Amino acid sequence: MTSTSEGPEGAGSSAPVGGAASGDAPDGWQELPKPRFLTARWTRQDRIYRLLVTSVAVGAFALLFAIGLFLFLKSLPTYKHESFWTFLTTTSFNTTGHQVFGVAAALYWTVVIALIAVVVGVPIALAAALFITEYAPRRLRRALITLIDLLAVVPSVIFGLWGFFVLEPNVTGFAHFLSAHLGFIPIFHTSSTTLAGGASNLEGSAFIAGIVVGLMIVPIVTSIAREIFSLAPIGEREGALALGATKAGVIRAVVWPFGRGGFVGATMLGLGRALGETIAVAIVISLTFQVSPELLKTGANSIAALIAIQFGTGGALKLAALLAAGFVLFCVTLVINLGASVIVNRSRTGASA
Amino acid sequence: MTIAPPLELGRPAPESAPEPRSLSRRRPRGFSKADLSLLVVSGLSAVCFTWFLFYQLTVFSGAAGFVITSILAFLGIYYLANRQLYGRMAAADRVIATLVTLGAVAVAVPLAMIIGFLVERGYHLISWHFLTTDQRGVTQLAPASTGGVSHAIVGTLEQVGLAVVMGAPAGVLTAIFLNEVGKKAGGNPGALPEDASLFARVSARRAQALFLLARAIRVVITAMSAIPSIVAGLFILVVIVLGLGYGLRGLAGSLALAILLLPNICRTTEEVLKVVHGSLREASLALGATEWRTVWSVVLPTARTGVVTAVLLGIARVVGETAPLLLTIGSNSVMNPNPFAGQQESLPVFVYTYRGLSRQADIERAFAAGLVLVGLVLVLFVIARIVGNLRPGSLQQLLRRLHLAPKEALS
Repeated sequence: MTSTSEGPEGAGSSAPVGGAASGDAPDGWQELPKPRFLTARWTRQDRIYRLLVTSVAVGAFALLFAIGLFLFLKSLPTYKHESFWTFLTTTSFNTTGHQVFGVAAALYWTVVIALIAVVVGVPIALAAALFITEYAPRRLRRALITLIDLLAVVPSVIFGLWGFFVLEPNVTGFAHFLSAHLGFIPIFHTSSTTLAGGASNLEGSAFIAGIVVGLMIVPIVTSIAREIFSLAPIGEREGALALGATKAGVIRAVVWPFGRGGFVGATMLGLGRALGETIAVAIVISLTFQVSPELLKTGANSIAALIAIQFGTGGALKLAALLAAGFVLFCVTLVINLGASVIVNRSRTGASA
Repeated sequence: MTIAPPLELGRPAPESAPEPRSLSRRRPRGFSKADLSLLVVSGLSAVCFTWFLFYQLTVFSGAAGFVITSILAFLGIYYLANRQLYGRMAAADRVIATLVTLGAVAVAVPLAMIIGFLVERGYHLISWHFLTTDQRGVTQLAPASTGGVSHAIVGTLEQVGLAVVMGAPAGVLTAIFLNEVGKKAGGNPGALPEDASLFARVSARRAQALFLLARAIRVVITAMSAIPSIVAGLFILVVIVLGLGYGLRGLAGSLALAILLLPNICRTTEEVLKVVHGSLREASLALGATEWRTVWSVVLPTARTGVVTAVLLGIARVVGETAPLLLTIGSNSVMNPNPFAGQQESLPVFVYTYRGLSRQADIERAFAAGLVLVGLVLVLFVIARIVGNLRPGSLQQLLRRLHLAPKEALS
């Protein structure tokens, strides 16, 4: 082990330390010890270590920009063909015939599915997080945390299979009920619920995809919300209880006001995940390029699923168009996630958002 | 986390003078027989009400609708009953407790359903044959029991293995940078002035620069951990597969997986390194160890179980990634053990492609392969949990007991 401690150059200029130990103190007067500055040489190992660690970290830093840059550069052929604005506002995805294509329909349905996912997933996550921090006994708490971590590692292709083969047949009836009885509410409105042959017209909808994705974002939202709720100040909890509050009262008066900002951030992180979900959506939906407000009806779209489904089915122009769509997705998720992490970090440090 | 016992719920306040005989022990969170019967009766009446709605009036139909309607009916009935007996506040408290508990159940139910569904549909195909053969020579009309997924299993293991080799060290090193190099000494309470580096050789200005760099990198890593996996696939596709003319192959897939693995492992490892107490570092430095020695011999061994858990959980998350592989590894119905040349198959891609085929036998194969995939993820997850629950140092002990590590007096 090579030297740190004090180098020889440090020892020479400094006053003797620990006068009592040195033994030759002049009588009556003793010079006060001055602070010594430790200076150590860099060893070669240290240099290599610092260089390696810093360069890897800077490389990771650069990677994100490289991803954005290359996606943008490689999607440039799209914008030679049509303007960026056209690409952003066209709904059809016709790269062979008229060659007018755009991401509008995919973007619309991506947002719709993500919003449905948030509406489905966030209340569940909120309840689960509150149960873990406020209600569950310790053993159950640990078991539940494990369970939620486990839900987070279930592959999305498995969620897709389950959504397609189990959830869809069971939820179609519910969707039918919604459209039949609550159709007067705009989001549940469906023009016709059966096809000519009597088959249901409610399969492969944004509604079903939204439910599946909603379940998939539960773990991330729960774990962040749980962390934030557990930071609620203990003194104020006890104060509320001492004043006669019920558990629900403690949640309403202490936990929720404290954790609200962070929970908004957690919701946004969930939204970011939902926007980028690919395979589960690709399995569940039946692809459409029409923008319609009928969420319950067959036919939806999403940028990520569009890329997964259409990749390899066309020529260079289609690939460029898909890359451009991927770039749009990249930008949208980046903005949402950065905003979310700023909010979460702020509320972790205790400031209210 | 009950510190102070909450107030007694659900008992009306005694209006007159308390009876002298009722000196039984008060249980603040008690749940009497009356409360239990209230719960049961509310549940039963809610189910009966929903049944009446569904099968007598037949306004609604469907299993999901039945469950949701009965839950709503239960909440309503339970609230009214409690309010009648105990008052508004207690009733609201109980209804909220029920809602929150239902939320926790709502997390567990889909997980159980997913695993149950996969086992039900896929288990009958799982056999040694299924795990050890590929799809070579499987004809259109062959039953599902012919052929297997060995090519996909080998592909997944190789791709994920390579991704770990590339992504895990990068993730851990980045975490070390964030927590050791780019950190001010002020983070260790009572150690050194706020603006100094822990390592006295680094000037305050340089320490500040490194600190700012670390903060920027932390933000970027956080952003990276949330980019959609298909975007990582697209990046590798345009840069490696098409840009370098490298073609679809296993290695391209592992590069995409490594991009996803890096931020994941980095963030978890950083949390683990944060927990290593600053006094350990200071003790090591004070004894004359160099910075590198301190990290290698003190910080990392202390955090060993945590780092291993971080890596294993990262792997478990990445094993099931489909979207990036779909764009980068191609597909192959026969065994290709070489990830550096030729297209490969992987379990998630196999599941995705085969469930989209029209023949029943292929869909059954997809279910069985999905079960294998979930089994793999579960094994990784359980190992990660076991390692994560070990105390520092006990991993060494375990390895030594299994004769996998050299016997030393001190480690």
